[in-house]
Amino acid sequence: MIAGAAGLFWLTAQAFLIGPHGPGLSQLPLGWGALAYTIATGALLATGLARVGWGRGEPFITGALTLVGGTILIFVLYPVISVLGSAIRDNNGIFAPLLFLTKLTDPAIWTWGGVAWNTLLIAIVVGAATTLLGLAFALLALRTALPLKPLLRALSILPIITPPFVIGLALILLFGRAGMITTWLAQHAGIPRSRWIYGFWGITIAQVLAFTPIAFLVLMGVLQGVSPTLEEAARTLRASPWRSFRTVTWPLLRPGLANAFLIGFVESMADFANPLVIGGNFSVLSTEIFFAVVGAAHDQGRAAVLALVLLIFTLAAFGAQHVWLSGARYTTVSGKGDSGLPSPLPSTLVGLCLAAAGPWLLLTVAVYGTILIGGFVEQIGRDNTPTLQYFLTAFSVDHGVGGWFLSGSAWPSFLTTMKLALIATPVTAGLGILTAWLLDRISFRGRKAFEFATMMSFAIPGTVIGIGYILAFNVGPLQLTGTGTIIVAAFVFRNMPVGIRAGLASLSQIDRSLDEASLLLRAGPAGTLLRVILPLLRPAIATAMIYSFVRAVTAVSAVIFLVTGGTNLATVYIVGRADVGEYGVAIVYAAVLIVFMALVLAGIQFVVGDARLGRRRAAPALVVLQP
Amino acid sequence: MSASVSFRSVSRRYGPIAAVNDISFEIAPATLVTLLGPSGCGKTTTLRLIAGLEQATSGRILIGGRDVTLLSPGERDVSMVFQSYALFPHLNVLENVCYGLRSSGIPRRQAAERARLKLDLVGLRNLDERLPSELSGGQQQRVALARAMVLEPQVLLFDEPLSNLDARLRRRVRDEIRALQQSLGLTVVYVTHDQSEALAISDRIIVMNNARIAQDGTPRELYDSPTDRFVVDFMGEASLLPVAIVAVKNGQAAIRLGPISLSLPHRGLPPGAATLAVRPHAVRLAPGTANAAELTGTVRRSVYVGDRMEYDIALHDPSCEVFVIDPGVTTPLTAGQPVRLSIDPARIGLLPPG
Repeated sequence: MIAGAAGLFWLTAQAFLIGPHGPGLSQLPLGWGALAYTIATGALLATGLARVGWGRGEPFITGALTLVGGTILIFVLYPVISVLGSAIRDNNGIFAPLLFLTKLTDPAIWTWGGVAWNTLLIAIVVGAATTLLGLAFALLALRTALPLKPLLRALSILPIITPPFVIGLALILLFGRAGMITTWLAQHAGIPRSRWIYGFWGITIAQVLAFTPIAFLVLMGVLQGVSPTLEEAARTLRASPWRSFRTVTWPLLRPGLANAFLIGFVESMADFANPLVIGGNFSVLSTEIFFAVVGAAHDQGRAAVLALVLLIFTLAAFGAQHVWLSGARYTTVSGKGDSGLPSPLPSTLVGLCLAAAGPWLLLTVAVYGTILIGGFVEQIGRDNTPTLQYFLTAFSVDHGVGGWFLSGSAWPSFLTTMKLALIATPVTAGLGILTAWLLDRISFRGRKAFEFATMMSFAIPGTVIGIGYILAFNVGPLQLTGTGTIIVAAFVFRNMPVGIRAGLASLSQIDRSLDEASLLLRAGPAGTLLRVILPLLRPAIATAMIYSFVRAVTAVSAVIFLVTGGTNLATVYIVGRADVGEYGVAIVYAAVLIVFMALVLAGIQFVVGDARLGRRRAAPALVVLQP
Repeated sequence: MSASVSFRSVSRRYGPIAAVNDISFEIAPATLVTLLGPSGCGKTTTLRLIAGLEQATSGRILIGGRDVTLLSPGERDVSMVFQSYALFPHLNVLENVCYGLRSSGIPRRQAAERARLKLDLVGLRNLDERLPSELSGGQQQRVALARAMVLEPQVLLFDEPLSNLDARLRRRVRDEIRALQQSLGLTVVYVTHDQSEALAISDRIIVMNNARIAQDGTPRELYDSPTDRFVVDFMGEASLLPVAIVAVKNGQAAIRLGPISLSLPHRGLPPGAATLAVRPHAVRLAPGTANAAELTGTVRRSVYVGDRMEYDIALHDPSCEVFVIDPGVTTPLTAGQPVRLSIDPARIGLLPPG
């Protein structure tokens, strides 16, 4: 162990201190040799830790801990420390704590209507709205016999695979001053045109449309894990359908609800693209951070201070969740086979769900209609002549001297995006699930700190990660800027927390006696994870993979700082087109991206498959015909 | 194949609370030993300590003479049948039973063969492809048993294996477990809170209370001559009578109970006041008054419960009452009737004065 630790320490010291001309602050990047060396010393450290009895003395566990801990240290904590480091310095790199305090107490942040309040207000509204809508959809999809299930499923998945700013864009095309619905209302109902959509309402609506499906996915996973036998038990105890829902199903859903709210809350806070597109003069923290860095002011210190405020809010959200759920542990997938059938929902509840889901669906249909059609007409709303010109500009394939080639302007960014996202997907899901397993099933010293570090990466918004990566990886020892690697790393560590959350939610419903039985049957921790836990986590893995791929393809906030000419990404390209007013190309590209991701999603679903929890499917009810 | 288990001053603490407090015992190979006690007494923790699912805070644990205190569960060569059965819900019956063999690196076909042998042994045929949720409780229990036995472990552990079965099935499965244990010569450690189950199945019983061992002995010793007041109560009904030890000689105590004298193992008690624990079956009743050398009493209450009679008998001293069960239902005694009592000295035990 000492050898491993010393090796890592020596490497770090070398990396930072040895410059091109003897000792000095390093600018030299590390190469492949250093990577191999890091892995070797890391393995040595893990074996050493196992020897002294950490993690039950299992090298597999200490190895996993070292892997997850090490990568989080490099790709989450190090960039954040870089950002905070620049918060307490002035822009010339000189230590300036007074300037930091002045920036932190800036009234522009804290007064009513200030950027902090704006962000908080939207996040709470969006978190609550997405959770309730997600619950409504999950209940309708899993616990009713309504024939609209496939439609519901498809429509609720769509916004996930949509680059977020596209919804903002479509809302402007619908409700903006010159939007289709605004125009129609002005002409037929005499309602004057206004700019109401630019600001609080626009951001809120766009975010609710964008994030409800995430809540839906989370809650569907949890609802699938609620043992139907418990509901049957409640019904046999003379509880009405409503009472059994309220006293059994609802409390069992609470961990999932807290998760969904938390995800909506943090997503809203971290969302960058929608406020950018539709926010108008209504500023939120993420856009303020962005403008502080790229704007005329170029005030990294202010960006860092705003990031700190954002971090405090999100950490408070975690604290609240912890308090709400403390002491509640719900194990409903037990080692005993479960043969219950889900009981029907009370009809009032079905009505409520439909009432909530209806408007959302309507709005979604309108948004997608705009996106899918808008790219194939001259100018949607004004000149609806069909045209293929935008599509051909972006995606034409020509036959030239060297045979067929991709001549459309969108191809390079499209291919780069796909390649990097596909590399990131398994890494994200794997690390996320592994981390969830370590957190839930293994007790080791330093577990609390480990949990905090992993959850930190969830609380850090993309804008901050983007700046942090630039500050941390622009120069040696880890010089990654301009490579695909840094973008993959941004994808992985931005999206890993979703894998952790999904994994934790599912793991808390898998009885520990299953792990224990497996350990006694001579499967080590690795075997147990591989052959018992992972198969039972299939819904969570599917969620993590779908989500990480889709998020990678649609990410804007973190990677907008990191792309270069050689590694341009689809979303950044679209934002660029929209910026110069080429809405046609932007929308057609967005539409292609959406269709493509729908296909990939279906592929992942097919490969990973539905949860095999070994429950009976509900048999079709016998219909007794009266003579 | 089967091995001994020994605990040497083992404790398991959670902060200031001891779940198992300085316990020592020896379990001989090829015997079935029950850990018996009320819930929270530490019996399940003790079982999990043997399995390696809990780590001892202090003390040493030996299996087959080998110190396993620091070994992981997979390295101890023990198997366990869980209270919840812990069948893997995503694997079918055969896959569940094969699991341990496959983990030990045995090829698929060979593993399936051995798994089928054990499934036959527990009487489950032609259910290989079923998922656990498609089985009845009794069938799930058998799968769990087959899964635990397929590795032919040195020690087999049972954590309240019958608690999820109905009463009729419970007795049958109990007898099957006992028969398998005896025919295969297995070392079995069995946890239960049901004293009749423990009496029926065990070679030896370790009664636990408050994280400690209250008494350790054969079923007969524990039932007929408990040395501990808690054990007296926990093992079944008993009447406690105040007596006097007149003299102690050659390990036997001479006791005075009313007009009669008895000679019992003295168990380290000094002459003076003591308590006599009398099981309801240890007393024979006969109607009528008697001479001075016999114990007499009066029937206070007489209840017919089908296969036997239950009586409360007031002795010479009216505060002294004995509960008696008598198989003779054809000519029952009636309340108020004087009776003569004869006590079987092999079925009573001496306790410290209470």
